[in-house]
This record gives sequence, structure tokens and C-alpha cells, in this order.
Amino acid sequence: MSGGHGHAHGLYLPGQTRLHRLPPECKVAATLAFVLAVVATPREAFWVFAVDAGLVLAIARTGAVPLIKLLRRLSLEAPFVGFALFLPLVGDGRRIDVLGLSLSVAGLWGAWNILVKGTLGVAATVLLASTTTVPELLRGLDRLHAPRAFTAVAGFMVRYSEVITGDMRRMRIARQSRAYDPRWLWQGRALAASAGALFIRSYERGERVHLAMLSRGFTGGLPVIDDDRKPTARQWQQAAVVPVIAGLAAAIAWGLS
Amino acid sequence: MSGDVDPVALEVRGLGFAYPDGHHALRNVSFTVATGERVAVLGPNGAGKTTLVLHLNGIHRARVGEVVVGGLRVQKDQLREIRRRVGIVFQDPDDQLFMPTVRDDVAFGPANLGLQGPELDDRVSEALAAVGMQGCEDRPPHHLSFGQRRRVAIATVLAMHPEILVLDEPTSNLDPAARRELSGILDSLSVTTLVITHDLPFALEMCPRSLVLDAGTVVADGATRDILADSELMAAHRLELPYGYIVPSRAW
Repeated sequence: MSGGHGHAHGLYLPGQTRLHRLPPECKVAATLAFVLAVVATPREAFWVFAVDAGLVLAIARTGAVPLIKLLRRLSLEAPFVGFALFLPLVGDGRRIDVLGLSLSVAGLWGAWNILVKGTLGVAATVLLASTTTVPELLRGLDRLHAPRAFTAVAGFMVRYSEVITGDMRRMRIARQSRAYDPRWLWQGRALAASAGALFIRSYERGERVHLAMLSRGFTGGLPVIDDDRKPTARQWQQAAVVPVIAGLAAAIAWGLS
Repeated sequence: MSGDVDPVALEVRGLGFAYPDGHHALRNVSFTVATGERVAVLGPNGAGKTTLVLHLNGIHRARVGEVVVGGLRVQKDQLREIRRRVGIVFQDPDDQLFMPTVRDDVAFGPANLGLQGPELDDRVSEALAAVGMQGCEDRPPHHLSFGQRRRVAIATVLAMHPEILVLDEPTSNLDPAARRELSGILDSLSVTTLVITHDLPFALEMCPRSLVLDAGTVVADGATRDILADSELMAAHRLELPYGYIVPSRAW
């Protein structure tokens, strides 16, 4: 509750590029279509992935997202990479020797498939999140008729995650201010108590929020609040360029194979 | 706010309320507020002030007695209209502002009333202008300062064009400048207002009339100036002026 500083902006990088200005529903739909096109690409079609990677780089450039930021944010997929690297070791079928390791060929293809498609998909969503604020994203999903319950819950989560993190931070400072510095497991009682208190507080806040909602005429359904800024046909066309290229490339690859 | 105005904005008659644990929060509370009047509700912690507020828009239903808002009795089948007429601004703006952006939050109430399109946009910009927060439509509430959030919280209720504005501890946690800005905003509104507060100088500044609530009953109802000057009454109900504060002899 401490003024307007120290708040996280998430992944969003403020800017005024063409990508930033594109309506969120166009961007969400285009991202989804691009990811589907990538997933539908045969894993042997290396040139298609090169085209897709080129598209990702072009979008990053359009949105003025620095490459180094993009790469750093790709670390999001680290757990999946770990899983992918595991596959060649345990896969069955024909095996080949690489640097003294016996690797499964099917496993290698599987790993490549996960790695390349995952990376392209994560890169596309990172670019979406880097150029679209969270409220805009939710609005875009609303306009694409995502279930209202889903966008509403996501909205509450965004709104209150910072309030609850603030509560948590103040409780930690209050503990530390009374020289609390646990070294052993059995000294963690205060931590557990704080977690419990945080839960109760958040629960009570939920009740107060509900009261405030009822007081403003809430009867169970969240109203869709739209500001009528419908995307133009041209904006849809611009958004369609990337997924259409990726889709065509995938289709050609299937035709060739 | 409309053409044929009821001279009585709010009437509470013999209101009683007990919590399930048997604690009597309100006993035989009766008072009337005239249209356009600004009234402070004073009293120590636990006096029943918030419980009273929650009766005004039907969150708590009267078991004993009744609440009448602009001629309309608070009862189940009238809740929508009652909640339009009575706008409550809660103490913690983080409870009141729950939507991802300021615009969505201010639009929440009027959208529940069925407004949409340009009419809804007008309500939002009008309410934000009334609290001096125009231009913040796209900002998320958690990026605003506490004073700004309190003002937006007031706008969320003003957007519903309430007939009675109820403010629960509007000056709590505000710095003196934000508190002064708030009194300026409230002064500029012509709506009937009920201010629940511990801030006695603020009550004196804003409200010509005060009610004192203690242990669930109205123990005093009169001019704020007289109540604050009655040191016996004040002491009996745990009301205290800030150190060094003397009730100005003529504030208006």
C-alpha cells in the first residue's frame, strides 16, 4: 500500500511501435495461429523452422524488443528443455554413438521437435507479452470470447497478486524487525504462522471485495466492459501476415514430404 | 439529482441487529437525513458504525426496524435500485478497486445497472473528472498512490449516480495534502453524504450535523460544533479531539 513505486510491470516493455499499437485481440489471435502453424510443421522440415525463426526475429524488430531480452526471457522454457535433453538417452529403437554416448535416433528427433517448437512458441508469446499490457491482453481475450470466468479470475489474480505480495513483504519486515532469523527447521514456526495469517487475511480481503462488488450491483455475472475500439480490417491483415507465412510454409513442407 | 426530489433522503427507524454470536451491534437506531444534507457518524471502534452502513444498501437485511432510502424500503426485491441509490465507499481502496484498470473499475457499477457504449464512457469520464482523476483511465489501480486510489474509489461510486454517498473512514491513511484535496472534492459534490469517521476536525469541516453512535445506539444527534464542544458527552463515548485542537468559534 506504499504509494506508486516499486511495482512490477511484468514482461511488458513500454513502447509506441506498430506492434504495441496493434489491437490486443489481433495479437492474441495471430500468436495462437502462429504457434499452431509451428506445431503443425513436420519436424524434418528444417527450412520451415528457419523461416519461422526469421519471422520471430522480424516481429521482435518491429516491436523494438532487444534480442538479449528475448533470449533471457526464453529461459522460461528451461524445464521443458531439461525434459527434451533426457529423451535421446532413454528413447528406444536404433541408436547412434555421439561423443561416446549411445543415443536413440527417435529420441533425438523427439528432443529436436520439442526444442524447436517450444522455443518458437515461447518466443512468440514472450513477444506478445512484451508488447501488450496485462489489462490489454485480458481485454483481447474477452473480445475473442474467451470464457468470462477465466478472464475475470486472471484479472483478479493480476490485481491482487501485488496487494498480497505487499502484505507478505510487510510481514517479513515485521518478523525481521523483531530479530527473527531462523536457522533450523524447528525455528520456522513463525514462518508457518505468517503463511496462515496471510491466508486468513487474503480470505477476509476476498470477503470485503465481494461486499464492495455487491454494493455496486454485482449479481453474479461480471459485465463485459468494452470501449468499442474495434480493429480495422487493415489491422487484422497486418496481424495475419506472420501466421499466414508460417502456415503456408508448413503446408508446403507437408506437400513436399 | 433528479427533478422530483424526496425531501427525506434516508430514514432509519428502530433498526436492530445482532450477530449470530449474540452480540448486539445495533439497538433501536433511528434517524433521518434530509436530501442534500451532509452528516457525520462518529463513535468509538466497535460502536456499530460499519454494521449500520451495511444496512443502508441491504448487505445486511434489517431484522428489527427498517431502512427507507428516498421513499423506497430496503428489501430483497429492491436491492438493485437500493444499491444504485446508496453508494458506499469502503475504507480500503484495495477492497473497492478490483478490476485491472481504472476505467473498468469505474465502469463496473454502471455496467451492472445495464449501461453500455458511449453512455457508459460518459459516466466514467464524468465520475473521474469529479474527483480530478481524468487521464488515468488505462492505469492499473495498483500503480496509483494511496490518495489517488481513494479518489478513484469515490469515482467508482459516483459513476452510479447515487442519491446518498456513504464514506467509511475517508481520511484514514491520507497525508494532509490528500486529505485537503478530498475535502475539496466532497465539497464540490451536491449529493447527500454520510461520513463515518474518527477524524473529528474533518467532521466539523465537512458536516454541519453529526450522529454519535456508541454500543449500537444513537447517543447524540445534533450540530457537529455543539457535539464537539460538549466535553462530557465526548469523554463518555471515547471521542477525543487531536492534541491542541480547539473547535473554531465560527467556521462558516
